[in-house]
Amino acid sequence: MINIGLGHYLTLAAIIFTIGIVGLFLNRKNIIVILMSIELILLAVNINLVSFSIFLNDISGQIFTLFILTVAAAEAAIGLAIIVVYYRNSSTINVEKIDSLKG
Amino acid sequence: MELALIFLPLLASITSGFFGKYLGDRNSEIVTSLFVSISALLSIILFYQVIVNGYENNVVVATWINSGTLDVNWSIKVDALSSVMLVVVTLVSALVHIYSIGYMSHDPHKPRFMAYLSLFTFSMLTLVTSDNFLQLFFGWEGVGLCSYLLIGFWYTNPANGYAARKAFIVTRVGDTSMAIGLFLLFAQLGTLNIQDLMHAAEAEWVVGSGLAVAAALLLLGGAVGKSAQLPLQTWLPDAMAGPTPISALIHAATMVTAGVYLIARTHILFELAPTVQLLVAWIGLITVIMAGFIALTQSDIKRILAFSTMSQIGYMFLALGVGAYSAGIFHLMTHAFFKALLFLASGTVILSVHHEQNIFKMGGLRKKLPVSFASFLIGSLALTAFPFTSGYFSKDEILLAALEMDGPGTLLWLGGVFGALLTGIYTFRLFFIVFFGENKGHAPEKEVGGMHMNGPLILLMILSLVGGFIAIPVESVFSHGEVHEEHHVSTLIHGFMIAVPLIGIAISYLFFYAKVFSVEKLMASSFAKTLHRFWFSGWGMDWLYDRLFVFPFIWLSKINKADLVDSFYAFVVELSRAANGMIVKTQTGYLRWYALSIAAGLVVLISVGVLL
Repeated sequence: MINIGLGHYLTLAAIIFTIGIVGLFLNRKNIIVILMSIELILLAVNINLVSFSIFLNDISGQIFTLFILTVAAAEAAIGLAIIVVYYRNSSTINVEKIDSLKG
Repeated sequence: MELALIFLPLLASITSGFFGKYLGDRNSEIVTSLFVSISALLSIILFYQVIVNGYENNVVVATWINSGTLDVNWSIKVDALSSVMLVVVTLVSALVHIYSIGYMSHDPHKPRFMAYLSLFTFSMLTLVTSDNFLQLFFGWEGVGLCSYLLIGFWYTNPANGYAARKAFIVTRVGDTSMAIGLFLLFAQLGTLNIQDLMHAAEAEWVVGSGLAVAAALLLLGGAVGKSAQLPLQTWLPDAMAGPTPISALIHAATMVTAGVYLIARTHILFELAPTVQLLVAWIGLITVIMAGFIALTQSDIKRILAFSTMSQIGYMFLALGVGAYSAGIFHLMTHAFFKALLFLASGTVILSVHHEQNIFKMGGLRKKLPVSFASFLIGSLALTAFPFTSGYFSKDEILLAALEMDGPGTLLWLGGVFGALLTGIYTFRLFFIVFFGENKGHAPEKEVGGMHMNGPLILLMILSLVGGFIAIPVESVFSHGEVHEEHHVSTLIHGFMIAVPLIGIAISYLFFYAKVFSVEKLMASSFAKTLHRFWFSGWGMDWLYDRLFVFPFIWLSKINKADLVDSFYAFVVELSRAANGMIVKTQTGYLRWYALSIAAGLVVLISVGVLL
């Protein structure tokens, strides 16, 4: 039985963060996947905060996590709302077709 | 009084120019006409005082520049010469203002027109009342500007804009020469005050010295440009593109005589350079004869009058050249009256025949247009120096003065008399073709007129008839160099001089009224046709100047289009265009591309931070 230490938690967080980042720019199809990737990035940060909180015996890290979760929920709601409105306007949420900023 | 005289036109111009929109057309016209008329009344009172009391004054309005030896005031100098000019300018200007109310009654931009007119009057007044060369130059350029604005008044037609630019640029050539002359005078004599300058020149320079000749020549350049004399005369006929009242005021009565005024003012300088003074006389004479021949062939009523103006100013130059300054100024005054009359009457004719300016499409207008007919009759008689009209007295004095001059005097006199013959022919050619014979095209229903237009015409008719009896006391200004004496010439010469214009009128009568001789027969030979074409084009002067100056300039500017400076700026443009082309490729519009570049940028920044 290996002893699970801070390093493992941080590694896990780093892996999840990387998955989130890569998901952001490898995704070519659905804009909802982008939203999910952003969620992943936020959760990776949360894991970091919680694990540091425990290993440093400081409760404020966990309190911040709760705040971040709340904000993430709100952000997801807004993001989904934007997607709904966008779909209504252009009848697609395909990332490939959203390029009106092209120079 | 002097202050009100000068600044009322400026006030009128500002009122009409800036607040014309709120005042309305009618009020702008009333304000400008009223103010300029008051100005005219004041100047007549002033003129009366100068004649009766020998009144002289120099009102310093403000100090303009006071730096070292350069001490220049805004001033109003009143003496015999400037008072004559004041009367001529304000009187003709007031009449033209009133006439314009009628003439421009269908124009949508009346306040602007009246504002320009008043501004011109103000500029001309500052020119003639200046006691120094800088203020004179200010007025000089001011009238040039107003001339430009008014020639191009109907700016929607590109041809008018072209004529305006031509007038501006050609006179600018003369003005540059004059400015250099002023620099020379100031550098050599250290003052710009006209009177001081003349005294200094007299004291320091001997007659015929190089500096005096150079200064006089340069000033002559300015005068020649403004007064449309050879070789800078080409702008005046084109200036007829402006509204007719403008031609009457600016291009006949006042602005074009500014050159005569300048030479009269600086006559001491010209006497220090006798060769230049003789040149003035020759320029005048050649212009008289050349313009006379051109006027013989023209068909546009206003162009005929324009060339006749050139030739009459030529007479003034001739007078200045032979030292008969008061005769020159006298002719300036009478010419202002009868030429303004002729131009304003031609305005009435042009309006009455629906903007037709070709005299060969008029004809037989005598019964239909009685006021214009009377105006033209009196104006033409005065122009041809018919005995006891105003033009007779002034032209007589000029020619007699030329005759009394030693050396080339007789030749100048003969040329002048020949010019008078030409004047008689071309003036009455216009008169007979327009007012007699059959109508060939435009038959007017009735004469355009009303009190606004006929009133000034009637007043000018009276002035043209009796203007010769006005005694102008300008000898006092010129007493220095002018020996005024009764002319002693035989009655034979007098009779000859009276007869020559009458012969001209008779020739015209035989050709164009009685048709005893026919123009067609005269024009039959190819030589006559070529000569006609040559004179019609103004002795090919425009053609020559195009070849000499305009085309080489265009050619040079075409070659020089891509010079070093231009290439540098073109390079900068190309560079930023290329950079733009590269950067624009990064704007793909894909979110993931932006996310990737943000992430990559972060990685680069962090690794740089770690490594350093």
